[in-house]
Amino acid sequence: MATPMLRWCCPGRRWIFAGIGGGSRHGRGVPTGSTSSGKKGQSSVAQQPLITAQKPRKGEREWAAVVGLEIHAQIASNSKLFSGSQVDFAAPPNSLVSFFDASLPGTLPVLNRRCVEAAVMTGLALDCHINRKSLFDRKHYFYADLPAGYQITQQRLPIAVNGSLAYSVCVGKRWSQMVTRTVGVKQIQLEQDSGKSLHDNLRSQTLIDLNRAGVGLLEVVLEPDMSCGEEAAAAVRELQLILQALGTSQANMAEGQLRVDANISVHHPGEPLGVRTEVKNLNSARFLAKAIDYEIQRQISELENGGKILNETRSFDYKLGCTVPMRDKEGKQDYRFMPEPNLPPLLLYDSGSLPTGADPQQVIDIDQLRERLPELPRVTREKLVRQYGMLPEHSFALLNEVGLLEFFQNVIKETRAEPKKVTSWVLNTFLGFLKQQNLAVSESPVTPSALAELLDLLDRKAISSSAAKQVTDVKKGNPRAINKLIGLVRRATLGRADPTVIKEVLERQLSS
Amino acid sequence: MWTRAVWLGLRAAAGGRRGFTSKADPQGSRQVTAELIEHLERLALVDFSSQEAVARLEKAIAFADRLRAMDTDGVEPKESVLEDRCLYLSSDNVVEGNCAEELLQNSHRGVEEYFVASPGNISWPKLDEKEPFSHH
Repeated sequence: MATPMLRWCCPGRRWIFAGIGGGSRHGRGVPTGSTSSGKKGQSSVAQQPLITAQKPRKGEREWAAVVGLEIHAQIASNSKLFSGSQVDFAAPPNSLVSFFDASLPGTLPVLNRRCVEAAVMTGLALDCHINRKSLFDRKHYFYADLPAGYQITQQRLPIAVNGSLAYSVCVGKRWSQMVTRTVGVKQIQLEQDSGKSLHDNLRSQTLIDLNRAGVGLLEVVLEPDMSCGEEAAAAVRELQLILQALGTSQANMAEGQLRVDANISVHHPGEPLGVRTEVKNLNSARFLAKAIDYEIQRQISELENGGKILNETRSFDYKLGCTVPMRDKEGKQDYRFMPEPNLPPLLLYDSGSLPTGADPQQVIDIDQLRERLPELPRVTREKLVRQYGMLPEHSFALLNEVGLLEFFQNVIKETRAEPKKVTSWVLNTFLGFLKQQNLAVSESPVTPSALAELLDLLDRKAISSSAAKQVTDVKKGNPRAINKLIGLVRRATLGRADPTVIKEVLERQLSS
Repeated sequence: MWTRAVWLGLRAAAGGRRGFTSKADPQGSRQVTAELIEHLERLALVDFSSQEAVARLEKAIAFADRLRAMDTDGVEPKESVLEDRCLYLSSDNVVEGNCAEELLQNSHRGVEEYFVASPGNISWPKLDEKEPFSHH
């Protein structure tokens, strides 16, 4: 069979595998009762009541993909989950390691209050039920960067369960056609991070740095409600924004503060779910969707060619752009879960159940945390749309860049121009300029005041918009542009303004 | 406490991946098969090198099995003996660390403040010479 052509039918969640000659039946749907032993890609038997003229082509059937995610977010805290050593990204190897982190005998875990609060806040933000009692367990496996030989996690009874995460995807080609989807949050649990292994293949050894060992993680398990890479990426992005807004995690994927594992399977609609694979090492926002889609495609091709999907763990190879098996076939891992004997159950309270006379430092009040929750991105966007009449996709764009929203709000404060004008300028001209110069908002030579002033001039029709755009030329160091600008201002003021004064004013504004 | 954990762990292995909070397994096998030994050796990195060792294991299981004689119907299992203790919460301050030199003294080998391990995790040569035990 020639290279299979995969027809993209997302967001309808249907994947069509088209054989040679292409041309799938778009929108036909699989008739119920259409058979398939499931193994070979046999064409449906002629029980399709609605299709008249054409028989279905061989191998042309719809597939549905099912994607679930396990996301690990490093908690933004000063010290680790069970010890008092520091949490930091870059430090000399093994300098942020306590005796407990190194698993020396006689050491015991001590739970960090800040980590519990982070878990509760995240649970509340994702509409979870917070378990008033949760438990810690040991998950055993051997690896050099796990000195204790087990990880302390919450397998039996995690801190939060049954929530949901709303995210938006674009349907169709235009960015403006956005729909909101929801994915269930199965649970959130607290667990320890492991150390880091650096493989030295030259000398056939592995170097171990335990700085990261014991750092608190929030594992957020998303239900398999997603159906393609794009949905998964959008859900992860929204979770990232939520964690950043809450301050519970910086969630920077590049620095390893947010890591994603995907569970992926495919099946024909109406039939039971297929065997799933786990894809690990999805640590780049850019490749997340690609990797998931690759795996979906790989599974479909495999099944269409009469193969089987193994319940295995795979890794995404960024260089090759494909998933590769990670473990050899030793069968399923047995983690020998057992209760963590050194930690009593974690009890949480609310305003109704607070024990009287308790030390406030030793007691966590869920209601108090709920009151102190910062504004969530979804709410911020809704406010922007309501207050400034902007389109939803603009509100998304404003929140998508670090510092951009604040910049926008500062310009709004100082300018008399209409919000819609400000929105357009910030998102198109200003952001475009930053992207072109490869600058972050914080590095922008143009300040909110400068842009506000410019927009005021524009508003008063003192200058034309093309002249205003040339301001960015000046910022790039083009002195001729400023002369041109002076000329325009002179013309606008009907020759009455003194060119020297104009130049002075403009230079002052542009250099501020 | 430890005995119970071992017992539950063994039961889980013998009973095939059942959660360790499950009810008593009526088909609990007293027989320790060679497969089970190999499985346990790999999981726990212990070495049941002799028949005597296996016999001792069987005795340990039999000893723990006597717990089954107790009627625990309707009794809520305890999580740990610390259940009614208060879980202490520490404030989020940095009070430890900065002792790389001291920690590295415990290590057999070191390279520039790193611990050194053999590549590809702990290798476990099987009886019939297999691939190394791969990492998680």
